[in-house]
Order: sequence, then structure tokens, then C-alpha cells
Amino acid sequence: MTEHTLYDKLWNTHLVKENNDGSSLLYIDRHVLHEVTSPQAFEGLRLAGRLPWRLDTNIATPDHNISTDKAERDGGIAAMVDEVSRIQVQTLDDNCDLYGIKEFKINEMGQGIVHVMGPELGVTMPGMTVVCGDSHTATHGALACLAHGIGTSEVEHVLATQCLVTKKMKNMRVSVNGTLGAGVTPKDVVLAIIGKIGTAGGNEHAIEFAGSVFREMSIEGRMTVCNMAIEAGARVGMVAVDDKTINYCRGRQFVPQGEMFDQAVSYWKTLVSDANAVFDIEVELAAESIAPQVTWGTSPEMVAAVTSFVPTLDEQPSEEKRKGLERALEYMGLESGQAIESIAVDRVFIGSCTNSRIEDMRAAALIAKGRQVAGSVKQVLVVPGSQMVKAQAEAEGLDRIFIDAGMDWREPGCSMCLAMNADKLGSGEHCASTSNRNFEGRQGSGGRTHLMSPAMAAAAAIAGHITDVRTFIGVN
Amino acid sequence: MKAFTEHRGLVGPMDRANVDTDMIIPKQFLKSIKRSGFGPNLFDELRYLDEGQPGKDCSNRPVNHNFPLNQDRYKGASVLLARKNFGCGSSREHAPWALEDYGFNVVIAPSYADIFYNNCFKNGLLPVVLTEEQVDILFNELAAQEGYQLSIDLPSQTVTTDSGQIFSFELDEFRKECLLNGLDEIGLTLQDADRIKHYEAERAAQHPWVFGVIK
Ligand code: SF4
Repeated sequence: MTEHTLYDKLWNTHLVKENNDGSSLLYIDRHVLHEVTSPQAFEGLRLAGRLPWRLDTNIATPDHNISTDKAERDGGIAAMVDEVSRIQVQTLDDNCDLYGIKEFKINEMGQGIVHVMGPELGVTMPGMTVVCGDSHTATHGALACLAHGIGTSEVEHVLATQCLVTKKMKNMRVSVNGTLGAGVTPKDVVLAIIGKIGTAGGNEHAIEFAGSVFREMSIEGRMTVCNMAIEAGARVGMVAVDDKTINYCRGRQFVPQGEMFDQAVSYWKTLVSDANAVFDIEVELAAESIAPQVTWGTSPEMVAAVTSFVPTLDEQPSEEKRKGLERALEYMGLESGQAIESIAVDRVFIGSCTNSRIEDMRAAALIAKGRQVAGSVKQVLVVPGSQMVKAQAEAEGLDRIFIDAGMDWREPGCSMCLAMNADKLGSGEHCASTSNRNFEGRQGSGGRTHLMSPAMAAAAAIAGHITDVRTFIGVN
Repeated sequence: MKAFTEHRGLVGPMDRANVDTDMIIPKQFLKSIKRSGFGPNLFDELRYLDEGQPGKDCSNRPVNHNFPLNQDRYKGASVLLARKNFGCGSSREHAPWALEDYGFNVVIAPSYADIFYNNCFKNGLLPVVLTEEQVDILFNELAAQEGYQLSIDLPSQTVTTDSGQIFSFELDEFRKECLLNGLDEIGLTLQDADRIKHYEAERAAQHPWVFGVIK
């Protein structure tokens, strides 16, 4: 019998039809919608006189451009200051109401960043195909789902047919074995992976993250890693099912109970790569080699250990690399060879679908507790990923810790991850950010993003510059 | 969707690698709920000296004359010549909408980000993949010659220069058919509605927890 990878199994289970040219019709179990990439899809549906194929598969929530400011947020949609954003959120509500699609509305318990909301409500479960008009859909792969981002035409296609026309990817396995050092988090692991394979390393592949480090990692941590598969060039990232996966799912709102849960679990347990399954690419990293990571440039692969230095222009192997580095340094306002820890930060953002789950909030609070944000730092935004995370954090008193330290405790949403609402960097400002993209202008026109873990971002807020969080926790 | 068979047009350059979708159409324009009208904001941050906002009239904004597509010789370009990994970053379909609305029918590059590549076909835009060497040749010729045009033929899958060089490119049969016939992909899939229903019924029997839970 042929041995299959986890990805092969998920693919085979959802295959409706294979065309001669290698493209296939893949059945979609869960479709998550938000305000930005759905209006044109609904418009298309209406123009063609079509209806959604199935209703009990779609779930929607606004997240990208809603305000995270409590005063504005409390007024609901009507109070949204930015008119264009307001129309978009209203349009999502209208479309969901019209078609009867389940939506967690702007201030409803359950609302949150799509990729935080799906898993925590049990909307996404192991073995499913999950799509959303957002490239970080790979996050859901932490639950051994086949999950990836789609474009708006595909959103319309999935709404109308429950299928996606797509092509099978190749298999890639990234194994990290060993034990992570203190202060080294899932974010550091994924940044180190991207540093190693580059932002095109996973192109056309589905990545399975394997090895003892991921087995030890919490589901939240696995989500952080899978989330950034896209920054490693892959549309899909995933981790096989184990007891942690099953325990995570148990009892969530949309997860079955009783006998049906047991039935599901016995299937979920098969969602692992067979022992001798063949991967097209294998990459290995030693856990011990990973230090806390920080991006210094304008691409996630421009990343280094916090204790190291910005690369120097003379050590570049090619003219193209040299030019790329020069451009990045100019944009970032950094010197060739500068120590990473010497980079001062103007703002700090702790949030985004990469790092806004309860564990991330706890990790940041641990560093913030009893300390004060440096006077030179203009703003520290702590933005929980969902209403549920917010409620949990408040129940644990984390909000008090942040506020006492001089940080802003906000309402759930994407916020400064992509600066579609009022949370933005000014031109030239450096930001210690727990999000996933450091492209030019991503967090505001001219803004300079340094990606790192929540603990590292909290440490930067306290120190006023990028700093090794391990000195805060008594390591090093 | 309009059909695509062949195209001959003026070439415009985008001479840098890893052009991401933020660069193609900055995020503030994603707030629109329409599918059209993004052309004036294509490459907004590079094209203009001020910050673009949705609803802002672009006709009297300060223009960055150093940006090639703003130069007279490239006015009316309908073929975009680009470098590797074009369209990386966020999956926004506004990127091909903006390219198409601006007037591009074809993009030529050594490679594309997956999602962007897919999205092009759904919007009647043809993304052609040539080798890095071939793209180099085209960039050199383009720099050397004003009014440089290329002919792209979809049935024969070729790009032809006016000097008679012919470069072949690969693409999926399925995508090619859809583009050639201007076929709506949804209608095509719905021809298999019975098959999808059959799959669904089998799946519901096997994995009932996938169905009926979201209400
Ligand atoms: S948090 Fe950022 S990356 Fe995640 S869905 Fe929102 S905008 Fe996209």
C-alpha cells in the first residue's frame, strides 16, 4: 500500500473530480468570510442570480478595518468614523442577513480575527478543508486541516459551488527537533525557518511542521507557526493530529459531543503522515540553534537572532543581493552591520492573527508585569485576537497588567497588522510588532516593522529599543 | 468574462523582483466594495508623491516622474514586463483588478506568487511565464527601443518580438480553455453539480460532524 502524507490524505478525502490537466475540484468544508474580500463576491453572486450552495458551512465576522478603540467601538457600526470602512462592515452584515449566513457581528461574543475565531469556536476541526479570502488562512492547519487563502473570485466560487478549482501541491516537511531554549517561542521558530528557507522556500508546496518541537508545542503555538507558512512561500502549513489537537477541540461551541465526538476522534487520529511517506523537500532545524528572532528588513526572510547584527553590504554574495540589502536598509533607516539591539522603537504592536491568542497575551503580560513602558515609546497597542481572548485575558487580570505598565488595552481586530483602521505607524517610525509582514508601508506609509514574539515586543516596549527578552527572565 | 485569444500592445516595465500586492494596490483601496475603478491607484505609492486615499481624485495629484510607467513612452502600455515572484504578499484580488483596470492585458515575468497567478485567470488577465534570461532580453530591448511592442498569442502559447524572436510559454489546458472562451468558472463547475451532491451525501454519511453544526 502506498504511504501518504497528511496533506495527501486531506487532499484525497476532499477530491470531487480530477480534470485531465491536473486541476481538480476540491470540496470545501468551511468557508470563513470577512468584510474586505467578500463584498465583490456577493455582488458577483447576485449579478449572476445564484444562491449559496450550502449555508451551514459559512461563517463570517468583521475584523480587518473595525476600530480597536473602545469609545468608537461601543457605538457599533453606526459610530464607525471611517465611512468606507463603515460601508464595508455594513455590507457584510447585510449580505449575511440576506443570505442567512452565520455572522458574529462587530461587538458580539465570538467576533474576532477570522483565524483566531475559527479554531476557538470549533468552526474549524481536524480533517477539514478550510478557505477564507485571506492569505493567513494557513493558521487553521495547526488543527491538521487543509487550509489556505483564496481570492475574491474564489470566495464567490466557493459560495456558489462549495468547491474550489485547484491543483495539488507538492509535499514539504520542516522538522525541528530538540528542545527550545528559555525565551524562545513558536514565533522565533517560524521566523528562523523563514530565515533558513527564504520567502520563496515553500512555493508550490504544502508544509507539514514535524518533530519534537511541534509535538511539545501548544495548539496556539502551532497556529503561530502555520500562520506564517505563507511568509515561507507556502499557501498551506499544517501539523498532524495528536492528543493536544483532540483536547483542544473538545467542548468547543461547534464541535460535536458525545458519541459523534468519539466517532470524529477515531477519524482524526488517522490524520498523520504515514511512517514512510515521501516528501518532495525535507528541511531540518535544530531547536538548540534558535535564538529569539527579529526582522531588520522589509521581507520576513530578512531576519536575525536578537543578539546579532544587520548584515553588512560587503558580505553579500551577489550584486542583486547587495542592491536588495541597500534598498531595505535605506527604507528601514539602518546601518550595515548595526547591532539589532541598538534599534530604538517608537511604537509596539502586540496582536494579529499570528500572536493575539491567550498564550500570547500571557507571554507579553509576564514581561510587562510590574514594569513601565520606556518614556521614548509613543504607543504600545495590545490587541486581543477575539472577544473570547479579551474576556479570558480580563478574567485573568492581564488587562490591568498592561494598563499599569502604560500600554493600551484594545478591542479585538486586525488593527496595526495592516493599518486599515486608525492604528498606524507614522512615516519613519520603528515598530516592534508581533504580526507577520514587514513589507514597506504595511503598518502605515513609511512605517518600519520589526517582527518578533510577544515577549520580545513587550521587552522592547519596556527597554525602548529591541532587546533580548532572555535578560528579563533571568537567562543569559 | 471577456475572452482572450491574442494581444499585441505596448510594453511597460516594472523592473524589480518581489513586487508585492501592497505595492500593486495599497491596502487603503481594499475598502471599496466594488470590483472596478482601481486603475488610477495601481502602484499608487510609486506613481504619486502624495498619499493616495480612496475617493481622492488622482488627476491632479503630484506625479513621480521617475516612475517608468509615468513616462510618456510607456503611456498606454498593455503588457507589463516584470521580475520574479511578481504579486507576492497578500491574496487581494484587487491586484489583478487594478492591473486590468489600468489597461494591462498581459503580465510577463519569470515567476509569480501562486494566489496572484490564479487570480489573473479569473479576471481575464494573462500571466505569462518566461525564463529569467528571456525576460532579461525583453528588458534590454525595451530599454533600447521606444514604442516597444510584443505580440502574445494564447492558442500557440507564444510571445513574439517585432524582430521575430519567438518565446514559448506553458500554462494549464483548463485555464487556457477558460480564457480562450471567456468561460465563467462557476458555470463550468456547476455542470458537475450532481457529482458534488453525490460527494456530499457520501461524506455526510462518513463524517456527519462536518455538516449541520453552523446555524
Ligand atoms: S491580523 Fe493581519 S494577517 Fe491576520 S487576518 Fe488580520 S490583517 Fe490579515
